[in-house]
Amino acid sequence: MSELEEYAQQIESLAQRLGLDYYPVDFEMAPASLMTEIAVYGLPVRMPHWSFGVRYIHQLVRQSMGHSKIFEVMFPGDPCRAFLMDTNSTAENALVTAHVLGHADFSKNNQLFARFHAMAGGNIVETAAAHAHRIQLAIEAHGVERVESVLDAALALEAHIDVGGELHRARYPEFIAKTPAAVPNAFQNRFQQLPGAEERAAPQTGLVRAPVPPHPEYDLLWFIATYAPELEQWERDIFLMVRAESFYFYPVFACQIMNEGWASYWHARLLREADFLPQPLYLSALKAHSDVVRPFASGRETALAINPYHLGFTIWERIVEKHGIERAREVRRDEDDFGFVRNWLDEELAAEAGLFVYETRPGDEIRVATKDINAIREAILAPKFNFGSPRVAAAELKHDGSLSLAHDHASDGRGLDVSRAKRVLDYVHRVWRRPVRLATVNERSEAVELAA
Amino acid sequence: MTIRLAAETPWYDLFSRGARDWLRHNEKVRDAVKDTLPELLANSDLMTGPSSRTVAVPVKFLEHSRLRLSDASVNQGAGQGRGEPGDVLQPGREEGDQPGQQGGTGEGEIRFVVELKVEEIVDWLWEELKLPELKPKRTATIDQAEYIREGWDKRGARSRLDRRRTMKEAVKRHAIQGNGTSIVAEEPISLVNDDLRFRQLVKRPTPATSAAVIFALDVSGSMDEAQRRLAKQFFFFALQGIRRQYAKVETVFLAHAAQAWEFDESQFFQASSSGGTVTSSVARLALDVMGTRYDPGRYNVYFFYASDGENAAEDRDEARGTLAEIAQQVNYSGYCETGGVATFRPRDTQLAEIFTELKGGGLAVGTSHIASQDDVWKAIREFFTQQSQSE
Repeated sequence: MSELEEYAQQIESLAQRLGLDYYPVDFEMAPASLMTEIAVYGLPVRMPHWSFGVRYIHQLVRQSMGHSKIFEVMFPGDPCRAFLMDTNSTAENALVTAHVLGHADFSKNNQLFARFHAMAGGNIVETAAAHAHRIQLAIEAHGVERVESVLDAALALEAHIDVGGELHRARYPEFIAKTPAAVPNAFQNRFQQLPGAEERAAPQTGLVRAPVPPHPEYDLLWFIATYAPELEQWERDIFLMVRAESFYFYPVFACQIMNEGWASYWHARLLREADFLPQPLYLSALKAHSDVVRPFASGRETALAINPYHLGFTIWERIVEKHGIERAREVRRDEDDFGFVRNWLDEELAAEAGLFVYETRPGDEIRVATKDINAIREAILAPKFNFGSPRVAAAELKHDGSLSLAHDHASDGRGLDVSRAKRVLDYVHRVWRRPVRLATVNERSEAVELAA
Repeated sequence: MTIRLAAETPWYDLFSRGARDWLRHNEKVRDAVKDTLPELLANSDLMTGPSSRTVAVPVKFLEHSRLRLSDASVNQGAGQGRGEPGDVLQPGREEGDQPGQQGGTGEGEIRFVVELKVEEIVDWLWEELKLPELKPKRTATIDQAEYIREGWDKRGARSRLDRRRTMKEAVKRHAIQGNGTSIVAEEPISLVNDDLRFRQLVKRPTPATSAAVIFALDVSGSMDEAQRRLAKQFFFFALQGIRRQYAKVETVFLAHAAQAWEFDESQFFQASSSGGTVTSSVARLALDVMGTRYDPGRYNVYFFYASDGENAAEDRDEARGTLAEIAQQVNYSGYCETGGVATFRPRDTQLAEIFTELKGGGLAVGTSHIASQDDVWKAIREFFTQQSQSE
């Protein structure tokens, strides 16, 4: 038994004594190359697409410049799958083991993760690998260009799912009961009741064909997969596969601060209480810990980004300190980052951590704008709204099969980046194969309609 | 809890998914680059080089677009550290500074270079333009005899002994003669005269496969930079097309104003002169070159001439005579008139008239007018289509 394995077992029994509750974790040592790929794809085996190749090169460049070091990746599920980097020291990997147990506890108990687990089952790694395999088969059957044009569209709309909705959805009801026409006004109402007037025909009831979609549909991947007039079955499958993976990514995305903070809180606590670790190993693990949760790069005094490990860790420590671990466990169960930051990041904590809101003006001048707590919370959360994407809904499917999309610019505050939106529309058009339109506003807030 | 260490080659080492997608991206970039090729190619000094040369094209990554909000005039973000409202964390750029000079653009833009083989590009263009293959001039081609290897014989000159064959024969003979044991025989195999094999040579007539291309360019004052660029592009693709066809292609660069000179390629397009235009001077020089170096009887000679069409009036007859003489001898002569004012011309220029007349006389002559980049393709297409039709 290796040294690390021995420590890992001891850390685990300590974790169980301290009340961490999780599905079994399957650890695997992996080389740096696989860790890089996981950082790029989000999953160990995922569907092929050229855009991942671009991210891959960016990641390699970042790593070679020392901007990015990967410690660990963990995939929630039953069992959880964790990968440890084989070039990391034993101390670092002992820390990572403890960190992963924190994640495992979080993902079993947090409601968003639990919901996905209930809908999709706890085997995302295998599911994604199966998706990749099916797409490979599709490439063999239909050629790389055709599969690519489907993936271009599906991955471009990756974030456009209804995160509160169900993974497995039925089509809209085809017919709806016709509601009797409302009586127009008080006069008519009165007139109808006058004696001698013709007996009013009983309001027509019965079923009428429902409009599609019956309401603005934000689950674009599902909508296209289900209602695109000329998609072949395998093309629909690809949309649904991308959508299933998006459902998996959403809790990870929406709980990043909480989740990393929780794992950091637990790795710190587990190591602190792990009296079985030799002193030098504990010290180097502690060093690794402080590297992970520090707010800025070494030698800097400010950072124009928030380190989620640091922020989450700070908030969790405060919650445990003030309200006890049981309350913290409830918070871990109930909140996502929105609730976590809005409810638990208070003025005092923000001031201690030195949080601020900055503004970049034309000419790239950057100034500290405010230290108001609400502004800080919203600035932290702004990139997380709606899975980090503009709110775009399918508004209407016309009789000729053309699709109208509408951007909810009122709630997003401004219009879409038009050149990108045009390209996305081109991707969609290539699979929708009928006219596709997208309504948004330009920088002068005038309505514009893009078409493809 | 166990920590697994992969015992054998783990699945993820079998191939790199990141590299696979990166290669696919590059393939797509290549396809995109092809669209801008003509411009790229003609701007580099590639004409006389061996065709295995490559062009390096700097490109950006392809972007897989997502829906995104348009840029706000003021961007907000959350930061952490020392700082009070109003503090400047990063000064704005001064007027005239290059944006992103301080590496402030976050991700940083990574550029990379795609290398394309000129040969590959030309093949691709030919396919794209559906251009026919050239026909070597049959009548003027002398069949050149060539020795090629064919078969073996038991007798021959010592220098053509095929050792490998000979050893094979010896081994075979041993295997037959030895009573089944000699296959593993340790003793060296001995050779007898019967084992010897000599390569045989056979005389075969082969058609001439060399071509000479004579480029003539009017560099008088009236040809401006843009016109010369168009001429260069036309010349370049014409040459590439001829290169595809012939094993050996030699080039001659002639420029003229009132007089004509021969240049090498690097100076050819830089040459300029302020004198008048006397076309017969360059035609004479071309005839001279053909007479001394590239006998049209042995070479497939192509003559291309680019000019703005204006020639000295008194040179008219002289020019017609010499150009006709050229046209009779070469596989094809192409005249390419440059200049952007074609539509306003009340009549054909003098040179256009001469070439049209020659063409009317049944000679393999082509004329084209190039006013813009797109015309270069038309001209090339026309040239190759005509050339393959004329016998």
